[in-house]
Amino acid sequence: MALAVIKYYPLFRSMTVTPQGQYASRLRSRTEKGIDGVFFSLTAGFAISIGVLLLSIGLVVTINALPAIQAFGLKFLITSEWNPVSGREAYGALPMIYGTLVSAILALLIAVPLGVGTAIFLSENFIPLAFRTVLVFMVELLAAIPSVVYGLWGIFVLIPITKEIGRWLHNTLGWIPFFSTMPRGPGMLPAALVLAIMILPIITAISRDSLASLPPELRQASLGLGATRWGTIFRVLIPAAFSGIVGAVMLALGRAMGETMAVTMIIGNANQLNLSILAPANTISSLLANQFAEAKDLQVAALMYAALVLVIMTLIVNILAEYIVGQIQAKYD
Amino acid sequence: MTQQISTMTATETVIQAENVNIYYGSNLAVRNVFLDIPPRQITAFIGPSGCGKSTILRCFNRLNDLIEGFRLQGRITYHNHNLYAKDIDPVSVRRHIGMVFQKPNPFPKTIYDNVAYGPRVNNYEGNLDELVESSLRRAALWDEVKDKLGENGFSLSGGQQQRLSIARTIAVDPEVLLMDEPCSALDPIATLKIEELMKDLKEKYTIIIVTHNMQQAARVSDMTAFFNAEATAEQGGKVGYLVEFDETTKIFTQPSQEATQDYVSGRFG
Repeated sequence: MALAVIKYYPLFRSMTVTPQGQYASRLRSRTEKGIDGVFFSLTAGFAISIGVLLLSIGLVVTINALPAIQAFGLKFLITSEWNPVSGREAYGALPMIYGTLVSAILALLIAVPLGVGTAIFLSENFIPLAFRTVLVFMVELLAAIPSVVYGLWGIFVLIPITKEIGRWLHNTLGWIPFFSTMPRGPGMLPAALVLAIMILPIITAISRDSLASLPPELRQASLGLGATRWGTIFRVLIPAAFSGIVGAVMLALGRAMGETMAVTMIIGNANQLNLSILAPANTISSLLANQFAEAKDLQVAALMYAALVLVIMTLIVNILAEYIVGQIQAKYD
Repeated sequence: MTQQISTMTATETVIQAENVNIYYGSNLAVRNVFLDIPPRQITAFIGPSGCGKSTILRCFNRLNDLIEGFRLQGRITYHNHNLYAKDIDPVSVRRHIGMVFQKPNPFPKTIYDNVAYGPRVNNYEGNLDELVESSLRRAALWDEVKDKLGENGFSLSGGQQQRLSIARTIAVDPEVLLMDEPCSALDPIATLKIEELMKDLKEKYTIIIVTHNMQQAARVSDMTAFFNAEATAEQGGKVGYLVEFDETTKIFTQPSQEATQDYVSGRFG
């Protein structure tokens, strides 16, 4: 038997074999390798610049906050007086920290059931696809409305309504500390409601995506075992999509804590600590938006300190989210 | 009112298809199927891709209901009761007619919870631990998983996952086991295990298996239905139909139709 002639192409430049066939050379050109290198450095540069940007923001905020940190220390976090009058200056951010947390958590309490429910409805075929597509689009449009428009809508539509509801709540359930004040218009309740509407698209869109991306075999297996549709949704689909849903909720929480414009227009901007959700309140971001333009010296530092607290709070929320999602995934891997 | 199938009297034929036509939207997918599935035997559906064998199989436990535009003409009966009658609840149908799928599809739960899922949703009142063990034993998986019932179902190999799916299905104690190409994602050794398992299971269950593997059909089944597809007038349209349904030995040695002969001897498909 004759040995087959083996053709081969050089892998290195030092190997010199005459090119054969339709290919001039199997070697990669210098230009191609150069482009590879440039592409790598370019993407690496972009990635690093994000980190640098984040660090520099944190650094600038911290440096500008230093005078206030030295003057008030951790007392800043637990005192409630906010007095910019020179000579008697005292700054404590407790009402704003409380307002930030409570408004965001109230918003979540409203938006999570609504958003996850909507996501379930939109990921199942309860209604024809054409209607579903329109509904999904409308939910996503909610995210496109500028926050100042939400604020205006809050002032002209929501506040008159919540004032009536609040009055009823106060008159019938006034013994509960959360409803212990007479609503005067702006306050925590309308702000939380607007926040809930603003974070709804985040929760709905991400939850729907994670539900829709589950393999169809999961649903069929459950139904094939004689489970009902609702049993399948609650026992199989939601647990399987849980990490995505938790991610959505945490993202929404971060958004709610940082939202400024709409909140500042309807929360009442009162630097006081009040358990009643019918009373005016304030959040950190709303405080910054209101006072920064006219602040000077120590007040600027105090505002920067408040901003630093907000950054750290959102950071904690994000780390917590990563941790929870990691725990859930570890259970399933 | 929902009809309770469990009170029906058993008949010689478990599932019967009478002149079944299946449509997706306005497209006819499968036409004129007549079948009598005998009890406690393995019936194999063979045929080229697109001949509608999986489609027919999924009609038997109404899983096609989930597909938009699905429509069925004719009658499919289970012990002489029309499965598509208005008063039949598809959920109760699936409790009697279980299904094992092509791809192993454990739930993202522990091995124990995977098997216990069906009994739980069906309000099983007996000892769940015992049921999980006996189901895993019948699926020939117990010895491999008895020390790690708390681990995730995904931690098993593909063949083990498929046996877990079988254990999960028989835990509900259905009368009929539908298997849609259960071995196509498995290696030959795992395939052999599943085939041996099927032969054990047929003492208790009526099994219908869709397979692309003709040797598999010849090895395990008692009855074989050969489906084929023909082009329709529309561009690219195909409609499946039943060519021949007989004892497996007859289908593979002396089929009455030429198309069957050509297919089982490997001349097309």
